[in-house]
Amino acid sequence: MSSATANAQAAPRAYHLPEEPHLHEGHSTSLGFWMYLMSDCLIFAILFATYAVLGGNFAGGPGPKDLFELPLIAINTAMLLFSSITYGFAMLAMEKNRVSATQGWLFVTLLFGGAFLFIELYEFSNLIHEGAGPGRSAFLSAFFTLVGTHGLHVTFGSIWLITLMVQVARKGLIPANKRRLLCLSMFWHFLDVIWIGVFTFVYLMGVLR
Amino acid sequence: MIFGRLTWDSFPWEEPIVVATFCAVVLGGAAVVAALTYFKLWGYLWKEWFTSVDHKKIGIMYMVLGLIMFLRGFADAIMMRLQQALAFNGSEGYLNAHHYDQVFTAHGVIMIFFVAMPFITGLMNYIVPLQIGARDVSFPFLNNFSFWMTTGGAVLVMASLFLGEFAQTGWLAYPPLSGIDYSPATGVDYYIWALQVAGVGTTLSGINLIATIVKMRAPGMSLMKMPVFTWTSLCANILIVASFPILTATLILLSLDRYAGTNFFTNDFGGNPMMYVNLIWIWGHPEVYILILPLFGVFSEVTSTFSGKRLFGYTSMVYATCCIMVLSYLVWLHHFFTMGSGASVNSFFGITTMIISIPTGAKLFNWLFTMYRGRVRFELPMMWTVAFMLTFTVGGMTGVMLAVPPADFVLHNSLFLIAHFHNVIIGGVLFGLFAAINYWWPKAFGFKLNEFWGKVSFWCWQVGFWMAFTPLYILGFMGVTRRMRVFDDPSLQIYFVIAAIGAAIVAAGIGAMLLQFAISIWKRDELKVEGDPWDGRTLEWATSSPPPEYNFAFTPVVYDADSWADMKKNGYQRPLTGYQAIHMPSDTGSGVILAALSTICGFALIWYMWWLAALSFVGIVGFAIFHTFNYKRDYYIPVEDVTRTEEERTRILAAGV
Repeated sequence: MSSATANAQAAPRAYHLPEEPHLHEGHSTSLGFWMYLMSDCLIFAILFATYAVLGGNFAGGPGPKDLFELPLIAINTAMLLFSSITYGFAMLAMEKNRVSATQGWLFVTLLFGGAFLFIELYEFSNLIHEGAGPGRSAFLSAFFTLVGTHGLHVTFGSIWLITLMVQVARKGLIPANKRRLLCLSMFWHFLDVIWIGVFTFVYLMGVLR
Repeated sequence: MIFGRLTWDSFPWEEPIVVATFCAVVLGGAAVVAALTYFKLWGYLWKEWFTSVDHKKIGIMYMVLGLIMFLRGFADAIMMRLQQALAFNGSEGYLNAHHYDQVFTAHGVIMIFFVAMPFITGLMNYIVPLQIGARDVSFPFLNNFSFWMTTGGAVLVMASLFLGEFAQTGWLAYPPLSGIDYSPATGVDYYIWALQVAGVGTTLSGINLIATIVKMRAPGMSLMKMPVFTWTSLCANILIVASFPILTATLILLSLDRYAGTNFFTNDFGGNPMMYVNLIWIWGHPEVYILILPLFGVFSEVTSTFSGKRLFGYTSMVYATCCIMVLSYLVWLHHFFTMGSGASVNSFFGITTMIISIPTGAKLFNWLFTMYRGRVRFELPMMWTVAFMLTFTVGGMTGVMLAVPPADFVLHNSLFLIAHFHNVIIGGVLFGLFAAINYWWPKAFGFKLNEFWGKVSFWCWQVGFWMAFTPLYILGFMGVTRRMRVFDDPSLQIYFVIAAIGAAIVAAGIGAMLLQFAISIWKRDELKVEGDPWDGRTLEWATSSPPPEYNFAFTPVVYDADSWADMKKNGYQRPLTGYQAIHMPSDTGSGVILAALSTICGFALIWYMWWLAALSFVGIVGFAIFHTFNYKRDYYIPVEDVTRTEEERTRILAAGV
């Protein structure tokens, strides 16, 4: 330590680098996007907590056992999980710089995502027709808000996916587009993880209780 | 249909005070617009400021926003003090209940969200990149967008003064009072959408500054060599990202109750209003540390600079900051001990609350030991810092008193509480901001602030603050609760009169400060300074004042926490040749447009103009997508420009010597 100090005093310290240290474009993007995802995760945490507190307040109305159809939810879950796998395939194709394969897998992902949303809307409309709308009880308010917020995220993810497909079609797999696809990939898998929580916590445990 | 529930009668014709204010605002606004048009300044403002992604300009715009809203928030404060001083002996005062309830709500909301938050965000925006030797923040466009979202929220709050009403619920809008049954008009909707629009901006600027601090530090600046202000900013921004989403989610639930008929916080169908109180304080307590932590950093920088010493206990300061950051999540329930959670729960939260005073106390001793045997220069920033140490300590001690659950059952929602949090927020946040403004003004503008008017302002604030809030402590002990409009007991009046006089002295302090700014700008040539007027110790003083748009011609290399002091000690020579072209982000108007659309969307939702809400929402999404099709986001400042700027500085430095 002391010899290092002595050396430093002997040779004047260089207080700037002769060459500009070049930060590559998008150097903070993945860190920033991770932080965004964590902040979004907190929103879901609050919705889960609200469901945990209010989920038993049926106000004399129907409960999970009366409402949830597990086979339908299982298909729905499969759609979302498949979409995550196919997004993974798209990323593998992207790594190999294969534009048309990437686009193809992205399109398949979009179809699975669309199927998921379609089934969810079908489930919601059924519930509302049975008189179990979001205003019926605090349980249903919490249920519709938690599941609906997830569905809204998938909707925006799909719009984003279409946008990126157009951008890849126009510009190819340039670094900026790859970075964007990577961000959407994190977003898409994040929604998958949230859905696992919803499926377990809301549907499975709801029917078990 | 077109205007939703907005009608001719939405304007508060029956309130002469509001009508007069409206006339003044319209006339003043017209004068400003006319002046800007006459002097052809619109293009300049748009090109150089509104669309700028330069963190320094955005920081200054945040400070201007904070100052404007501060005047509005203080006007509310004066109105309340006057009302409470008058409303005795059968007098109703001069404000009716409908108006008075809006005034105290608006005061709280504005002071926290649109004064304190823009001030600290502006400060961090300006100073942090300079302190870490960076050229800008990680996401310059988002930075501009965040600012305009905050402004959009402020615009909505201001609009509520003249169109419809503001919330009459208190600043946290507890349900069921804030539910649709008890607050059917626009007030709570203004509250919700103003905070949602501004909250997006706050969250994004938090993410932005964390990424900047983590990714863009100069070579050699390890975490434990960061200036303390950067450290406290990092912790404050982590708190922002980890708590503002909670506010967003909570307000979404409240708005669903109001708009979609859900039953989260209602009294029937299984709703639970106390859930809201829990959720909002899980955000709310970290929020107060978001406000104070950056100012702890300011006090550290100021104390060290004006004592001419390195900060005592840098490491303990960093750990104390991190401790406070974590502990701030474990105390929220002390805001409602009276909810009846039981002795064990209340004890837990009482104890965690008291524990927070330990790292805070450590900080205070660090500042005192920094001053000990230092050559203390009592310039304005140091005066504010010493005033902070005295004031904040009293506020902290009354806070520990409130942390004792049995005592809190007596003092809950009394004026004692009001006095306590003004004691820490004014004594901590506001005094810290005044220290920071006096300290860094020369950095931002190249001239010092007038000292005489600064001192007048300082003493008015000290005297006025204690005169305004000591009576409130006493009244709180006597059992007077907050938010009262009229009083029965005439013996209390004298305390409210004294408090009103105190508020008037504070008003004189604010006037003196505005005068200080005006005179300093007027006489700026006499107050001109070079890069380093205070003998500073951290990197922001290593460049010129004001800094060039690229901040540093060469990225500095850091060896010490007080890197500029280290550079000066080791005989650093400013390089005079070898300049290079500098890579910078391009300006864009997208942030203004997106924030304007969001504000319109919020306004449409407040007034039930569904078509406009849908249209502007589609506009937001569409424009955001359109924005992503622009891939050219940066440019190079040519080497000739850098050389010209730097040679100009060389000439000035030579002339100064």
